[in-house]
Amino acid sequence: MIYRENGQFKTSYAADQQLLPIAQDRWFLISLVVLAFAAVPLFASDYAFRALIIPFLILTIAAIGLNILVGYCGQISLGTAAFMAVGAYAAYNLVVRVPEVNFIVALAVAGLVSAAVGVIFGVPSLRIKGLYLSVATLAAQFFMDWMFARVKWFTNYSPSGSVSPAPVEIFGWQIQTPVDKYFFLLAILVVMTLAAKNLVRSHIGRAWMATRDMDVAAEVIGISGLHAKLTAFAVSSFYAGVAGALWGFVHLGSWEPLAFNINLSFNLLFMIIIGGMGSILGSFFGAAFILILPLLLNQLPGGLGIPISTALISHLESMIFGALIVFFLIAEPHGLARLWAIGKEKLRLWPFPH
Amino acid sequence: MNLQRNWPVLALVLLLAAGLSAPLVTGASAVAFFLEVLLGGLMSGVLYALVALGFVLIFKASGVFNFAQGAMVLFAALALARMSEVMPLPVAFGIAVLIMIVFAWLVERLVLRHLVNQEGVVLLMATLGITYFLDGFGQTVWGADIYEIKLGLPKTPTIVLDNIFQGGILINVEDFVAACIAALLVICLAVFFQKTPTGRALRAVADDHQAAQSIGIPLNRIWVIVWSVAGFVALVAGMVWGAKLGVQFSISLIALKALPVVILGGLTSVPGAIIGGLIIGVGEKMAEVFLSPVMVKAFDLAGGGIENWFAYVLALAFLLVRPEGLFGEKHIDRV
Amino acid sequence: MGAQAPEGVMSARNIGDIVLKLDGVSLAFGGVKALTGVSFDVREHEIRAIIGPNGAGKSSMLNVINGVYTPQQGSITFRGETVTQMRPHHAAEMGIARTFQSLALFKGMTVLDNIMTGRNLKMRSNVWLQALRVGPTQKEELAQRAHVERIIDFLEIQAYRKTPVGRLPYGLQKRVDLGRALAMEPQVLLLDEPMAGMNMEEKQDMCRFVLDVNDEFGTTIVLIEHDMGVVMDISDRVVVLDYGKKIGDGTPDAVRNNQSVIDAYLGVAH
Repeated sequence: MIYRENGQFKTSYAADQQLLPIAQDRWFLISLVVLAFAAVPLFASDYAFRALIIPFLILTIAAIGLNILVGYCGQISLGTAAFMAVGAYAAYNLVVRVPEVNFIVALAVAGLVSAAVGVIFGVPSLRIKGLYLSVATLAAQFFMDWMFARVKWFTNYSPSGSVSPAPVEIFGWQIQTPVDKYFFLLAILVVMTLAAKNLVRSHIGRAWMATRDMDVAAEVIGISGLHAKLTAFAVSSFYAGVAGALWGFVHLGSWEPLAFNINLSFNLLFMIIIGGMGSILGSFFGAAFILILPLLLNQLPGGLGIPISTALISHLESMIFGALIVFFLIAEPHGLARLWAIGKEKLRLWPFPH
Repeated sequence: MNLQRNWPVLALVLLLAAGLSAPLVTGASAVAFFLEVLLGGLMSGVLYALVALGFVLIFKASGVFNFAQGAMVLFAALALARMSEVMPLPVAFGIAVLIMIVFAWLVERLVLRHLVNQEGVVLLMATLGITYFLDGFGQTVWGADIYEIKLGLPKTPTIVLDNIFQGGILINVEDFVAACIAALLVICLAVFFQKTPTGRALRAVADDHQAAQSIGIPLNRIWVIVWSVAGFVALVAGMVWGAKLGVQFSISLIALKALPVVILGGLTSVPGAIIGGLIIGVGEKMAEVFLSPVMVKAFDLAGGGIENWFAYVLALAFLLVRPEGLFGEKHIDRV
Repeated sequence: MGAQAPEGVMSARNIGDIVLKLDGVSLAFGGVKALTGVSFDVREHEIRAIIGPNGAGKSSMLNVINGVYTPQQGSITFRGETVTQMRPHHAAEMGIARTFQSLALFKGMTVLDNIMTGRNLKMRSNVWLQALRVGPTQKEELAQRAHVERIIDFLEIQAYRKTPVGRLPYGLQKRVDLGRALAMEPQVLLLDEPMAGMNMEEKQDMCRFVLDVNDEFGTTIVLIEHDMGVVMDISDRVVVLDYGKKIGDGTPDAVRNNQSVIDAYLGVAH
């Protein structure tokens, strides 16, 4: 009753092709954005920002990038954290050597450098298919881990191996407090989400999906697998690079190479699989899920009043995390985005059963 | 040998051989030391191959890339180590085998059965989930310290061939025994696959699930068998690694190392796992011992650690010239 | 399918010069010889059928023409340009489109999107412009949408445009496959058993589409088909393959009366 499309007739292709063709969706999203900008800063605690919201905003950007590569273009990537590291170190080196540079420029550079590196490690995808391709991104992951730890230039010859850039400042606005960070990141996330949505519904997005579904047929139509795969790697790494720079500068403040290790890569992969591959919305759901879960698991024993040692808690967390992943994959392999879509379908019929 | 098709592989092999003999030729190392490093590499290669075997078995029969293999190695080793504290080793071994069979049955029942037609990535993530679960579970049940497996082998290296080379060559008897065990295991597996009806059924399933089902091969039982065999292989690997290094969490990270081995050798090839293991084992050791110091000096690096990525880069280089791995099946698209 | 096409149809169809020529094409997979020394030509604006018993190498022939398989021997000449190493992408750029026996639709996309992929070669804007989706990109997207909608109208699948292709019945999926090939505005259209698995009405519809495409756009059509009635009625010339070799080439009548062709189909040992 509420969610019907009745009366919403489109009279032009432009209207039919817009991002949110159903009016109710438009209203919902607008109110969500308004809430995000206006209400959240009023009600969220500092802890909530630092532990949940800020990581969520940044990792969603990385997850969207990964979703483009794995979900839309069908190429396996197990080393996203490495491309995040490239972005972080690229931004750091620029900022440290050219202190006057605007942080937005540093972010753009982080993305572009990461995109270039992504294309290099994406070249193997032209010859290697399927699970074998995982070795390319794993090579990237472990090589970057080693490179940023060993090649002293990257850390500006820091004796400890870790870097601590100055706090971010844009046009005089010091981004220090959690609320400042929140607005900054939210703005960036909105822009990048919009760009991603535009990309996946344009011809490059269709080229990605065609290459994923049937690369031989795609070639026959004239969709170059080379072009599709390399642009997917480039765009995906761009997003990862920007996310990495934000992760280092805004969230962590100071970091060492281990901050971008393979566990982060696996977590990002979990995010898009549980959230829904091939869905931008799914990246949001997945990031939220993977971030909230450990927090919940951590609070649970205390909440239930059971005294358990911290070591045991971390083992149990591991077990429950693993079990939930498996459960989720069995219950809904297309992820939370599919559940959301099913929910909307049911809502269209409500209150009727069918 | 088809030269036109195989020249890239030959070129790569020649390059590697050159790199391998460089330390000897340039006189940067004494022959005895070179041989020690080589043997050490071969031994660790054998250990990698043991873990890789488990990967290949499961992939061949169920098309699943089992990330949990490393966790299985750790779990089996933990079980064996802890139980051998209170009972004789052979008994502990027997019970550990039963535990791995139960594990295989549980995995098939609770996980595999429900994910039959999913894409490779989903299955991979499921095994990753199993990894997290098994890691936590193993350490909850068996404990998180470092445990010993006493195989009764001498820990100190022996010196051999001291009449040929001055000072002789240091060999680890443990490693040598490990190599023999691995060889024995491979021979048994080869016989199992080629000669027994169950082995034939496994190969049929690996080829085509649906076709195998349609001739009456019970898919579920086959998967339990395969995962049990892989569990057994994991147990043997765990026993050997654990005796050598002590049973600790870092063993599960070995799975990550076994990955390039399996990919290099070809995901469906048992000989590939062995040869891949040897290549990676030797390559890694050589690179770390001989190449690392050169690079540290040349580029003013903060330290070594090439072995962290060498295996992957090596596997990647091979794949670029041979996309299906050394012995893997060529992927042909039919339209 | 009833009456024979009258003699005058060939000239009425304005058949032109040779546009596609295959010379001594031999293709083998390991020990299996799919094609041996096959040569024939295709004239512009004609409808050329390739027939033959199962396993004769007909699909392999199409795959060679558009570069999916590379023959060990022989060459393909398209509009005077001889290519020995044809790549599918190159073939598409040259104006050769095809449909597949086993559909090969993009299962994860809707009908509209599937057909839109066929317009990919015509789309020009780069990644940055697409991300911003302003001005020229939006115009281009809308223009292509209009073109695709005309194809959807032509194939009468308007009601299904937003349906994921995986959910459509087989006959409709075949139409989407055809639509995707048509979206490329090809000069030569290779159709691999477009009427397989269809009932009488569906076949009549598909025939009508094929003839309309040839009529309205002058597209040259190379068609693999098993239904002899269809072949005899709509094609101008026929090539017959058996065990990878050419055993007949000519008008439908000539081929119908060729003894080797009859033997091949009746399974006489030869």
